[in-house]
Amino acid sequence: MAILEVKDLSFSYPDKSILHRISFKINRGDFLCVVGTNGTGKSTLLRLILNRLQPTEGSIKLFGTDSSQFKDFGKIAYVSQKATAFNKDFPATVEEIASLGLYSRKGLFKKYTKEDRKKVHEALERVGLAEFANKKIGNLSGGQQQRVFIAKALVSSPDIIFLDEPTVGIDIKAVDSICCLLGELNAGGITIVMVTHDISSVIYHSNKVLILSEDGSSELISSQEFTGRSLMNLQHHSHKEV
Amino acid sequence: MEIFTLAFMQRAVIVALFISVVTPLIGNIIVLRRLSTIGDALSHAGLAGVTIGLCLSFSPVVSAIIFSVLSALTIEYIRRSFPNYSEMATAIVLSFAVGVAAVFSGFVKSTAGFNSFLFGSIVAISNFELVTVIVLSIAVIIIMTLLYRELFYISFDEEGAYLSGVPVRSVNLVFTVLTAIVVSIAARTVGSLVISSLMIIPVACSMLISKSFLHNTVLSVIFALFFTTAGLFVTAFYDLKPGGTIVLIGIAVLVVILIVRKQR
Repeated sequence: MAILEVKDLSFSYPDKSILHRISFKINRGDFLCVVGTNGTGKSTLLRLILNRLQPTEGSIKLFGTDSSQFKDFGKIAYVSQKATAFNKDFPATVEEIASLGLYSRKGLFKKYTKEDRKKVHEALERVGLAEFANKKIGNLSGGQQQRVFIAKALVSSPDIIFLDEPTVGIDIKAVDSICCLLGELNAGGITIVMVTHDISSVIYHSNKVLILSEDGSSELISSQEFTGRSLMNLQHHSHKEV
Repeated sequence: MEIFTLAFMQRAVIVALFISVVTPLIGNIIVLRRLSTIGDALSHAGLAGVTIGLCLSFSPVVSAIIFSVLSALTIEYIRRSFPNYSEMATAIVLSFAVGVAAVFSGFVKSTAGFNSFLFGSIVAISNFELVTVIVLSIAVIIIMTLLYRELFYISFDEEGAYLSGVPVRSVNLVFTVLTAIVVSIAARTVGSLVISSLMIIPVACSMLISKSFLHNTVLSVIFALFFTTAGLFVTAFYDLKPGGTIVLIGIAVLVVILIVRKQR
């Protein structure tokens, strides 16, 4: 069953048309990378799926429900592009930030139990940051902070995680380790939708690629096909140079 | 110490203690959400309410609460109308409140009564005001405790909070109304012109020391309790204005913490 279904989706800003009648489906267990040059609407697509923007035309269904009516927040998690852009002096520990992820399952006025705390520690262990639980989040490196936000996403045991450029501004070693972590999570059954401009480090973990073009169109292909096309382009360019 | 056996001083101490708990609770969120100017706008709105109350011979504290709450709701409305220039809302409300206070102050018969709201007074607190402060402070503490997680989440990442199901708009609205209430009830003791400082300075001190949100919240309350009790002692013995004295003690402590931190 498709857990995300986008049908004939179009979106325009007042002065510019971004997405034009795009359609695709994501099944449980998929790892989708959304790629495209700047301004092709990668982050806009994510904001439309998460009901932060309203489409001009078309429909988006999450777990069979129209995204504007979707309220089962515990099933989804989101790691924003601006996740690591918070004020570094903000007084909060790693554990406190990761605990925020419990909210989507618990809701308003619910008390957090020992079991909830255990979940937070398990998530921090999973991203390799259990020993940093009591550290101030602003004192961690960019890569470590991004891992905290992934732990925050994991504590609600989501079915699908949306990530918007999670590797921006992070050193190459940390990028590799985050991509491997996402691959592991996907192998464990979590569906991943990741917007990225640097697909090389994550392509081997993904199974689908959605290419957004400047004319607003899109194409959904397998990761193998994407790799094949990239190699052919590379050969084509090197022949030209010779 | 004899002065603390007097009824007016006891009322002042009780009011000051309650205000010391609620102001940093609100101030903590205001500072972390970078909304420090809201405290200023609402304290001026409170002052406008006080002048209207004094002119109409109505309880100044109650009219300050009504005017501040209406101003808070107006700020929320203007912020929604100009989402990309939301700071404009506080400037508009502040200007309006100053205008109202300036016009109505000309009709206030008791200048001493008006001045007591500008800089605070420990002799002017009536039994009715004492009860009002206690009841409203307890209500604020309960609501802030219930909304602790929601306010923490919104302060850190408003969009993330929305996507996790936090009713962001409702929580923001409740919080703005609570801010208006706290600013109004604190006006009598601390004074409208310095109340926003009492919201900010204890939080500024605790942010230099604390690592966690919980620690920061508790520590800012402890700092505020220290500033107000020390301020009331000094005020009682040297016959000073309580609001100014409390704020100056807070600033002195902040400077000491900054110096100690730099030397480490």
